[in-house]
Amino acid sequence: MEKKMIKKLLIILLALMITTPASGAKNKNSIQVKGSDTMVNLGQAWAEKFMESNPGDFVAVTGGGSGTGFASLISGTCDIAMSSRDIKAKEIALAKAKGIAPNEIKVALDGLAVVVNPSNPVDRLTLDQLAGVFTGKIINWKELGGKDERIVVLSREVNSGTHVYFKEHVLRKNDPDSREEFSPGALMLSSSQAIADEVAGNPSAIGYYGMGYISKNQKPVSIAKDESSEYEAPIIENVVNGKYPISRPLFVYTNGFPAGLVKKFVDFMLSKEGQDIVLVTDFVPVKR
Amino acid sequence: MRKLKEFVIEKFVLICGIASIFFVVLIFLFLLKEGLAVFKIAGPFKFLFGRSWYPISEPPQLGILPLILGSLLVTFGAAVISIPIGVGCAVYIAEVAPVKTKEILKAGIELLAAIPSVVLGFIGMVTLVPMVKNIFGIPTGLTALSGSIMLAFMAMPTIVSIAEDALYSVPKNYKEGAFALGATKWQMIWRVMLPAASSGILAAVMLGIGRVIGETMAVMMITGNAAVIPHSILVPVRTLTATIAAEMGEAVVGSEHYFALFAIGIVLFIISFAINVTADLFLHKRQR
Repeated sequence: MEKKMIKKLLIILLALMITTPASGAKNKNSIQVKGSDTMVNLGQAWAEKFMESNPGDFVAVTGGGSGTGFASLISGTCDIAMSSRDIKAKEIALAKAKGIAPNEIKVALDGLAVVVNPSNPVDRLTLDQLAGVFTGKIINWKELGGKDERIVVLSREVNSGTHVYFKEHVLRKNDPDSREEFSPGALMLSSSQAIADEVAGNPSAIGYYGMGYISKNQKPVSIAKDESSEYEAPIIENVVNGKYPISRPLFVYTNGFPAGLVKKFVDFMLSKEGQDIVLVTDFVPVKR
Repeated sequence: MRKLKEFVIEKFVLICGIASIFFVVLIFLFLLKEGLAVFKIAGPFKFLFGRSWYPISEPPQLGILPLILGSLLVTFGAAVISIPIGVGCAVYIAEVAPVKTKEILKAGIELLAAIPSVVLGFIGMVTLVPMVKNIFGIPTGLTALSGSIMLAFMAMPTIVSIAEDALYSVPKNYKEGAFALGATKWQMIWRVMLPAASSGILAAVMLGIGRVIGETMAVMMITGNAAVIPHSILVPVRTLTATIAAEMGEAVVGSEHYFALFAIGIVLFIISFAINVTADLFLHKRQR
């Protein structure tokens, strides 16, 4: 009996340990990149192209969430952390205590799309209305000009940089003193794909994720800053010119200024070729 | 020479035996060390009975009552479904089925136990969740009920195999005595076999429940993970296990959130420890 219990605990502990694996090997021609799930595909695309043109160099890219990336950078198990949010003050303090100096580099932009089922008549919302829906103050589609149905609010888990960004910039409207929270009734899904699937199958659902996940099974909603502003669709052009109100920078963090292979790889990200890959993976380049 | 060999082997086996106890103690101490720190921030009462779980806000709100109730509700639902079916199945295998059917059924149940929980979760997500949504006409199928049904599949193999064992070990003369007194097969099963095997069957049930409450992956995928206090089985819930699994990746090591997740680990440990001890008591009662 006890054995079963031990097994369970071991599994929990193992799960904890796996989140901060010891990569150990510090070969000069191999680097570890870790972090934001949003950026995993982008990171992998970069790594593939980079290794193609630089045979002998090896770049390993893994996800786990922005926080996981920072945790590994701080513990020294990765060389580059990808993040879809700024580093927190607490994380900087922890890094300093371990002798790591996080250095931020902006590598791309991401527009966050708010999506509903294609059969939903609602196709435009203001930021205020969005905040109302996600904090649970607006609970019926009727209030937004839709059908008389309860709104099913979908969110990412708290380990997601997307979740944090959406809370700070949409729910709290960039106000650091705001105490707004996601409605406790919001469904927390573990991936952007899970949100895409649920929205595709549920006419009363609303969710958010990076623009890259939009397909014909979901309908992106046009967003306006306030009632007097234009409603803008989440397309690359609107993100680049800053008209679309919910877009965010994507970062990589290195320990101190990049050097050696890390510098070579970061330079590649920011090169014309690297930024073209950004576009191909449905993100928005920082340099054109 | 032989003596030395004996001695070495004996000590080696002894170390193996002590190792498991040693690891449990280490794990438990580690859990306590990391988990109890949370009570410096939130009192035990506030932690266990707080109604809001917003771990990454400033200041964090760390109330796990919705999570405890979520876990208990899913487990209760799974028990209601799996106990009658599991015990019924055990009775059929042990007493009614012809030898050939018995072998096929036993193999089938072993196969059910071999399905990884993430696979069950995935199947549940694409088949069961839409079904639950349509049958009950509720806004979303990601509910406690979906989780209960899927977990019932996971508890069943445990319940069936242990309950069948218990029935099998009832002395043959009980059965023969019942028949000699003119009992029908059903009367024999209901009045003689089940009461005689009751402690073993109870142990089977407890172990099945133990399996359910510790399960993580499947519940995380299909229960919706909304941290609200559930008022019916048709609403989304968030379980203790899913919370740890979903949030550990993000938690900044050494933060309130991190300690709170370990404290949830302690709560889970205590619950499954209690369940396993109860099962153990029943099993020993049977052997006496």
